[in-house]
Amino acid sequence: MIHSPYIRRNASVQRVMFLVLLALVPGIAAYAWQFGAAILVQLALATITALAAEALVMRLRKRPLQPTLGDLSAVVTAWLVVLSFPPLAPWWLTVFAVLVAILVAKHLYGGLGQNPFNPAMIAFCTMIVAYPSLMSQWPMPGADGFAAQLALILGGARELDGVTGATALDALRSGMRAGGAADAVLQQGTEFGVAGGRGWEWIALGYLAGGLFLLATRVITWHMPVLFIAALLAISGVFWIADPATHASPLFHLASGGSMLAAFFILTDPVSGATTPRGKLLFAIGVALIAWLIRSFGAYPDGIAFGVLLMNMCVPLIDMKTQPTVFGHRGGSR
Amino acid sequence: MSARLFQFHGGIKANGHKRESSESPIQQAPLPRRLVVPLRQSTRATARCIVEPGEKVLKGQRIGEPEGFLGTAVHAPTSGTVVEFGRHVMAHPSGLETRCVVIEPDGADRWIERKPFDLRHATRADALGWLRDCGIVGLGGATFPSHVKLGTGSGVDTLILNGAECEPWITCDDRLMRERAADILAGAGILRELIGARRLMVGIEDNKPEAIEAMRPAAGALGGNIEVIAIPAIYPAGGEKQLIRVLTGIEIPYGKLGGDFGVQCFNVGTAHAVYRAFDHGEPLVSRVLTLTGNVERPGNWEVLIGTPVDELLPLAGPKPDTDRYVMGGPMMGFALPRLDVPVVKGSNCVISASPALFPPAPPEQNCIRCGECARACPAELQPFELYWFSRAKNFGKAQEYHLFDCIECGCCAYVCPSHIPLVDYYRFAKSEIWAREREKTAADLARERFEFRNYRQEREKEEKAAKLAAKAAATRAKLDAEGAGAEPAPAGEDPKKALIAAALARAKAQQAATAPKNTDNLSPATQAEIDAIEARRQATQQAPAGADATPGTDAR
Repeated sequence: MIHSPYIRRNASVQRVMFLVLLALVPGIAAYAWQFGAAILVQLALATITALAAEALVMRLRKRPLQPTLGDLSAVVTAWLVVLSFPPLAPWWLTVFAVLVAILVAKHLYGGLGQNPFNPAMIAFCTMIVAYPSLMSQWPMPGADGFAAQLALILGGARELDGVTGATALDALRSGMRAGGAADAVLQQGTEFGVAGGRGWEWIALGYLAGGLFLLATRVITWHMPVLFIAALLAISGVFWIADPATHASPLFHLASGGSMLAAFFILTDPVSGATTPRGKLLFAIGVALIAWLIRSFGAYPDGIAFGVLLMNMCVPLIDMKTQPTVFGHRGGSR
Repeated sequence: MSARLFQFHGGIKANGHKRESSESPIQQAPLPRRLVVPLRQSTRATARCIVEPGEKVLKGQRIGEPEGFLGTAVHAPTSGTVVEFGRHVMAHPSGLETRCVVIEPDGADRWIERKPFDLRHATRADALGWLRDCGIVGLGGATFPSHVKLGTGSGVDTLILNGAECEPWITCDDRLMRERAADILAGAGILRELIGARRLMVGIEDNKPEAIEAMRPAAGALGGNIEVIAIPAIYPAGGEKQLIRVLTGIEIPYGKLGGDFGVQCFNVGTAHAVYRAFDHGEPLVSRVLTLTGNVERPGNWEVLIGTPVDELLPLAGPKPDTDRYVMGGPMMGFALPRLDVPVVKGSNCVISASPALFPPAPPEQNCIRCGECARACPAELQPFELYWFSRAKNFGKAQEYHLFDCIECGCCAYVCPSHIPLVDYYRFAKSEIWAREREKTAADLARERFEFRNYRQEREKEEKAAKLAAKAAATRAKLDAEGAGAEPAPAGEDPKKALIAAALARAKAQQAATAPKNTDNLSPATQAEIDAIEARRQATQQAPAGADATPGTDAR
């Protein structure tokens, strides 16, 4: 028997996911502009892989293909995997990563809504542990023509030093380890742009625009992005003010690596993130802190993925301990 | 107005669909062919029938005597003949039956003698009794007895009149306020006097400007500290707790009534009924009901309680593609199980529904924990957590997350992008918890009874033994006293043997005195059979008694 309410708002998972994809477009456009169209090839490859993997699982579980395939959640995962990966990763790495994200991180746990970890971040961490060198080859903006990029993606021979450079974060760390002051390293290196990594500032701005769009359409709430950015600025700011010679500026942290992508698109994954308002704040601060620690002292180029996964583990506890007060229960004694 | 308004968390803005019926004035619905008046007016209160089939009744004559704490009287809605006292399906999603008095109207619609109630020369208890005897209950939908509500709390400072009418489609309160503002406020004046409240606030959603315009001058005429306040049209602003929050900032927790917090809230329709009861001596026998939705002529009708819905529908003319009828609003109403169910005091609206109007829900998808429901929940719950717990039948955890604070307003299900019928999960969990509690109470009672029985048996056994011992002692004393007499007991003999001997002698004498019975001349075979049966009976009787005795010691 069908019960009230008999009316519903015109909302759907598909619409939510579509808005997220739409919000990624400015960032992707900036990406293609700065680093060439290779990223579009990667996105297409990942999308096809993700949909095929979903279809396979639905077949194995003897479930109808719709609405699972149409809800676009697999496409979002695929795009986030690609956008957090080096754009010239070989095709099999992208396919492998998307399969890990969809099959292992999502469907082994029961599919949409059931995964405790962010699938894209699982894929990133798996690949960075399994293929650290491939995952560290970030191209310079405008370094290669499209044909050369395509050849690399399709498995062309890699001359490491020639085609790829370290990320800005990597370069900063290795430069500083070698004894240089942060300022000097930043000014010398060709890896650096106005604020962060060269070319990356534009992509970060694109993500920011998309993120604001998601806020405006109420797909995400302000809690995660605001607190993540604020915490990252605060932590890096304190150390930068205390010792500008050995620490990068807050603006550098913000515009580099995946900070903006994470703030608006990765942390805000509702399935694996905290859900209560206070829980979201704690979650975002936790990710910012871990990311800054790994960036500053760890061996990996960026620490956001590990920060997200570690905080994913804390989500049940965070949610349990940050339950909002229920109507009529304020003031305790009542 | 000067009052500062408060907000409640969440809520939704749905298409109100008020215009369909808000412009049609209240019309008197024609007398139905028969009236089915339920004696059960709410889930917890029922009345005792005091009329017989064949009896003639007048309009407003009492046909049901209030029973229990929450009971209110039930009256004949029109004059006519009682033709049946039996069970009929009620207007409830369960489709269960309840006892109803069926009346065939005589068409005269003749009232009993109506006497206004003189409030100035009556005690408060008398006035509350009058409300009960007039069958006044909350007309907002919950049908909570007004005399009980008025009896709670002390030092209530504020009376709130609920004219919010936040559910889409419904316009009966809107029309009532437009057309009978003075009567409503006269009723509110009576309620204010009964409560002793200083302040009277009328909350009306700002999508009903005509009602607000009608109520303001009437409020001025009544005088005293009255404010007619336009509140933002956000569903469920008309929920009692939400309205109290909006107007006063006070939050009434689950399980508490406004009276405990110095506030009382009544629906405008209830205030109108109170006015009719006190100033005209009329019990509650009719109410205003909106007929709308997929119909030719949406409108508002003054309908007698007990009018079967299928007799009302032709007034509005449902269109051919109507597939079901919803009683109440689309957010909290329910599809009628049958169309011959009678209108009751809480029925404010019947919506004729079509697939175009209320499209079937898309398939339920997995929850993605997006939190839309939490942002919409006026009780500030985490609906998706309650959903997970209810689905997993983890009822303890659901209660820990305040399942029972859920008012089932439907906002969560309205916004859910995965189209999960969330409220159904909560209803399921709540009823499961209630069922388990009932079972537990029943089991506890049974255990108590069992333990008491064992205790009683043990006690009786002891008492019997004590009695026997006392008797034996008395007999012995008597024998001892007679000892020197006719039959001296042999020296050194056990007094018990003497007792037995005496008893045997008595028995012999008795046997000799009585006539021989048919059992005296039995054949040896029959006697053996009887002995065997006796032995078996003895064995079976002793066995359970022995088993019972052990736990019985625990009872003490």
